[in-house]
Amino acid sequence: MVHLYNLTLQKSGGITAAAYGNFSAAKAQEIVVVRNKVIELLRPDDSGRVQTVSSMEAFGVVRSICALRLAGANRDYLCVGSDSGRVVILQFKKERNAFVKVHQETFGKSGCRRVVPGQFVCADPKGRAICLGAMERSKLVYVMNRDNEANLTISSPLEANKSHAITYHMCALDCGLDNPVFAAIELDYGEVDDDPTGEVVAETQKHLTYYELDLGLNHVVRKWSEPIDNGANHLIPVPGGSDGPGGVLVCCENFIIYRHQDHEEVRAVIPRRTSLPGDRGVLIVSSAGHKSKKSFFFLAQSEYGDIYKLSIEYSGDKVSEVKVKYFDTIPPCVSMCVLKTGFLFAASEFGNHALYQFAGIGDDDAVESSSASLMETEQGYEPVFFDPRRLTNLYPIDKIDSLCPILDMQAHNLTEEDTPQLYTLCGTGARSSLRILRQGIGMNELAMSSLPGQPNAIFTVKKKSSDQYDGYIVVSFLNATLVLAIGDTVTEVSDSGILGTTMTLQVCLMNDDSLLQVHAGGLRHIKADKRINEWRTPGRKQISKCTCNSKQVVIALTGGEVIYFELDSAGQLIEVEKLETNGDIACVDIAPVPEGALRSRFLAMGSYDGTVRVMSLNSDDCLQTLAVQALKGSTPSSLLILQTAGTESLQGSLLLNVGMANGVLMRATLDQVSGQLSDMRVRFLGTRAPKLVRTSVRGESALVALSSRPWLGYSEKGTFVLSPISYVALEEVCSFSSEACPEGVVAISNQTLRIASVERLGENFHQTTIKLRYTPRAMSANPDTKMVALIESDQCSVPVGERESPEATSADEASEANGDEDELNMLPVEQYGAPKSSPGTWAACVRIIDPKDAKSQYVLELGKNESAISICHVYLTGPNELLLAVGTAQNLTFAPRNCDGGFIHLYRYGTDSKTLSLVHSTPTEGPVGALCGYRGHLLAGVNNSLRLYDFGKKKLLRKLENRNFPNFITTIHAASDRIYVGDVQESIHFVKYKADEGSMYIFADDTKPAYMTAALPLDFDTLAGADKFGNIFVNRLPKDISEDMDEDPTGGKNIYSQGVLNGAPNKSETCARTFIGETVCALTKGALQPGGIDIIMYGTFLGGIGALVPFQTRSEIDFFITLEMHMRQEASSIVGRDHMAFRSYYAPVKNVIDGDLCEQFGALAPEVQRRIAEDMDRTPGEILKRLEQIRAIAV
Amino acid sequence: MASAADRLNISSQLEHLQSRHVGTGHADATRHEWAVNIHRDSYASYVGHHAMASYFAVANGESVGRTKYEFTQKMLLPCGLPPELEEE
Repeated sequence: MVHLYNLTLQKSGGITAAAYGNFSAAKAQEIVVVRNKVIELLRPDDSGRVQTVSSMEAFGVVRSICALRLAGANRDYLCVGSDSGRVVILQFKKERNAFVKVHQETFGKSGCRRVVPGQFVCADPKGRAICLGAMERSKLVYVMNRDNEANLTISSPLEANKSHAITYHMCALDCGLDNPVFAAIELDYGEVDDDPTGEVVAETQKHLTYYELDLGLNHVVRKWSEPIDNGANHLIPVPGGSDGPGGVLVCCENFIIYRHQDHEEVRAVIPRRTSLPGDRGVLIVSSAGHKSKKSFFFLAQSEYGDIYKLSIEYSGDKVSEVKVKYFDTIPPCVSMCVLKTGFLFAASEFGNHALYQFAGIGDDDAVESSSASLMETEQGYEPVFFDPRRLTNLYPIDKIDSLCPILDMQAHNLTEEDTPQLYTLCGTGARSSLRILRQGIGMNELAMSSLPGQPNAIFTVKKKSSDQYDGYIVVSFLNATLVLAIGDTVTEVSDSGILGTTMTLQVCLMNDDSLLQVHAGGLRHIKADKRINEWRTPGRKQISKCTCNSKQVVIALTGGEVIYFELDSAGQLIEVEKLETNGDIACVDIAPVPEGALRSRFLAMGSYDGTVRVMSLNSDDCLQTLAVQALKGSTPSSLLILQTAGTESLQGSLLLNVGMANGVLMRATLDQVSGQLSDMRVRFLGTRAPKLVRTSVRGESALVALSSRPWLGYSEKGTFVLSPISYVALEEVCSFSSEACPEGVVAISNQTLRIASVERLGENFHQTTIKLRYTPRAMSANPDTKMVALIESDQCSVPVGERESPEATSADEASEANGDEDELNMLPVEQYGAPKSSPGTWAACVRIIDPKDAKSQYVLELGKNESAISICHVYLTGPNELLLAVGTAQNLTFAPRNCDGGFIHLYRYGTDSKTLSLVHSTPTEGPVGALCGYRGHLLAGVNNSLRLYDFGKKKLLRKLENRNFPNFITTIHAASDRIYVGDVQESIHFVKYKADEGSMYIFADDTKPAYMTAALPLDFDTLAGADKFGNIFVNRLPKDISEDMDEDPTGGKNIYSQGVLNGAPNKSETCARTFIGETVCALTKGALQPGGIDIIMYGTFLGGIGALVPFQTRSEIDFFITLEMHMRQEASSIVGRDHMAFRSYYAPVKNVIDGDLCEQFGALAPEVQRRIAEDMDRTPGEILKRLEQIRAIAV
Repeated sequence: MASAADRLNISSQLEHLQSRHVGTGHADATRHEWAVNIHRDSYASYVGHHAMASYFAVANGESVGRTKYEFTQKMLLPCGLPPELEEE
């Protein structure tokens, strides 16, 4: 049986909701974002870069959030509406750097159901009540209060139900200190269902309804309900009480209307783009409000991305005018937040999110419409037009990468690296891209310069210990040392006192601001006043290895003599102790002096006999061995003692890291008192012996390990993380800190000096982006030329060739023209979106990309309103060459699926493999949903029929056909005489192909339905599949059926005549299944570690990447089943969803362990960890080690 | 055999269930009623699961906000007008 370990490699980038507030501290400018099933706290830092403060898996679908602040409080709570059937109030605990549950109240069934509240949540501005709404009927109001200890209390729910009422949007009115009022747009369908004439439907009217919570009587009344425009979809509350007139702005299709009880409506049209077709409306999709002491305004964004500034003229409670002014255009957002510090956070529907700074508040002379100038004519209201323009009121400050949506993802090693790259089709419309993902943390290169020779070491030192930044970079060559002073520029200096005529082994700033240079001939101690003390090695001996911190120096001489120096109070280096060993020393290390301590307690020493020793540096037992560790089969080459930072619950620990000659990094915990080593972990890093260097990450000590690729080790929430760095191979590295780059590294790679810093921690993949023109749909890698062919198609978009305005130049062409534009600035087409055309029109193209230089080589537009659906490289008998097949549909429309036929276009590569020429097009009577090359033939899925085509002169020749598939074929894979076909609703079908008989028949299918989006053959009998609802499953053909099929001379054909359960005669079995939480669009497999095992990787629609790691031993499976069981009890979901129920959303979870849940073990309180560990007969350390080992297979 | 009181009780319980849980079927449900319920449930689920809404949005080349709005609009009359009731 397959047992899989499901692990998220990269959290979803897409944001589904966002809320602004002060969550961690008063005045902290923070944004909580929901990434479907993850709740994250973001905070822009001083330079405007958005940092992730905390990220929590919810194990439930979070649908809505809002901030709640009690009157007089200075921090916000977070109210969460999810699919758990519970309302949850969260509070951010700074000490734990996490949200914790304050309240959790159950009110209904779980799941995103029609009548179970959770779709909408809003909180009274004075924090007295919250209201949760469902799509239909139900609304629940909870009264919030505080007890004597100022703790938040929550009441039992008050119902405000209205049956047969569909809710479009809800908001909480600002009505000062009067009773809290919640407003909703509702539509009553009650009588529609009973009226066959259609009269009632024509008369149905949306209503704006006020629900008032009577705090005195403690119940909710339907206070007011008035008909409103039938295009209403969004509500924006207007400040009330003493701050404004109160009431709401109702956003309707094309209109903004001010409404309030006992107030006539004030209507203004929404200005529309000149280029917009007349039959398209303008719908507001997101809004944000800003309120200062004196004034308020709102920003509302249309579905095309145009932001309007809404302002209201009023006196007292009387609103005289509503103004709608064009503000700026950014890509459409799910949610916008205006920060009090003058920033706009924009959570895009698709693609990267961004933070903008306000450069103006719309005081320019942009197009404005007003209720005062509203003109009504016979055709309706007179529209107001504008043309979108480049950003003027907003200035982009930062972007947050998001892969959302991932439409396809394939792992290939096309650029001949040690691990495969992930080729990911991302984005939609004009912001589409192919992103090549490489594993590792991205480095941001700040400077690069070439060096005169090949350096053998590099160091950075501060000028004074009180300095914040480094003062010198010291580069050591074989027979010289170069000193560079860091100022505004980096210049060579000679006044540092460092001996320039010899190779330097170490440079270090001592505690008294003196400088120590260690070279082969001795120690050179340069005092702060530039006096120099020299210590020379005795006799002909030379220093081979050394290590030092600000107070201690240890040197190893050739022949194995170790000498220990300490800096005394007079600033003299005093020889304290000497030790003779019986062989050369391979490496030595001491940790930096802990704060407040006299000295660092331990010396680690590795010798060529394959042992590592820990020695004491205390005065009473100086250089006495405390612990010895033998390394199996290798010798140490580099050592590093790392003090990890503790968290609230965990004390920091000392880690001894040993880089071994065979490329393995060993890590052991060093007991702070006894010096004993325990909890050994090993990890293969690369083909070169890792060289370990100290650096810092987020102000805490970390290490860089240089093997055939560089790695970064740092502590994250109390656990030590080792992740690869996606950068050139580095020979030497040293930490570097300057004003421009507070936490960087200076590195040497191939005679160049580079200064770089870590881009964003916590991202497992580093991406290279190639811009595309339409939404990419599918791709195929050319196995011969190592290039990628992909198809793009967009509905409702004008093809690039027919676009008139120069601003609509597609991103892929424009970026070629002006190559290195500032990546924060969008191109016009990315900002405005592609020009819209009517539904049912398509723009499509085929593209070839060279992954080596990440460039688009060739683009071929498809005309005739065709949309490209499927692509594959196929080797066809006849021409006997590799051709590219593209399946299309003409005039395709959805719901219901309809088209005027389709084509299979066959293309031949040009001689340079960079161009395509059409061989011929074969018409089909339906969309070509899938293509697959198969033994010199081409397999195609057309509607519900599977066809086998052969090459012909004028077109493809249909040789075989099977029309027995239930609905529509979406995936085809083939191996030997079997074809695996995925249906759009009915899961995977196993098809047998008999070449001699010329037949193709379904011999097995699945008992469970699955709306297939992707399939991946794992072996001859097994396939992994993913469906639209977010399930991943593995189907396997039972062994006896598989054997029967192969042995039976008729190939099971006789059985084929009698189907079972309205389907094929045999059924495959589900051997693993889990729910991922969001639509999975891509499955691929590959080994992400050099020499590692193959794992399944999946890409989700919201831009997440995960892996399914197969377990290899029974004991491993048992271990994780037990751990998962304990974790389900101990780590409850922050939205109150039952974990098992969540992973079994559509069908029971089977044989898949949730790694994300298991990994929460490290974040549990120590006593809970111990309790679980005791139950499992292990230590917490062992459990953490197992978790780390299995993660290391993937990351 | 259930007594008359029991039957009354059962039918009132059913009625209660039907009002509490929209979509609970009954013995006389027509094909249309059933379909309308399923469709309303589906649309509500698409709006509730953001990933699904964006999946449809990408297929249609529209914004997610528009897609969710259209789905909500369709909840009014998901399967067209109800058929004329036949007199029995």
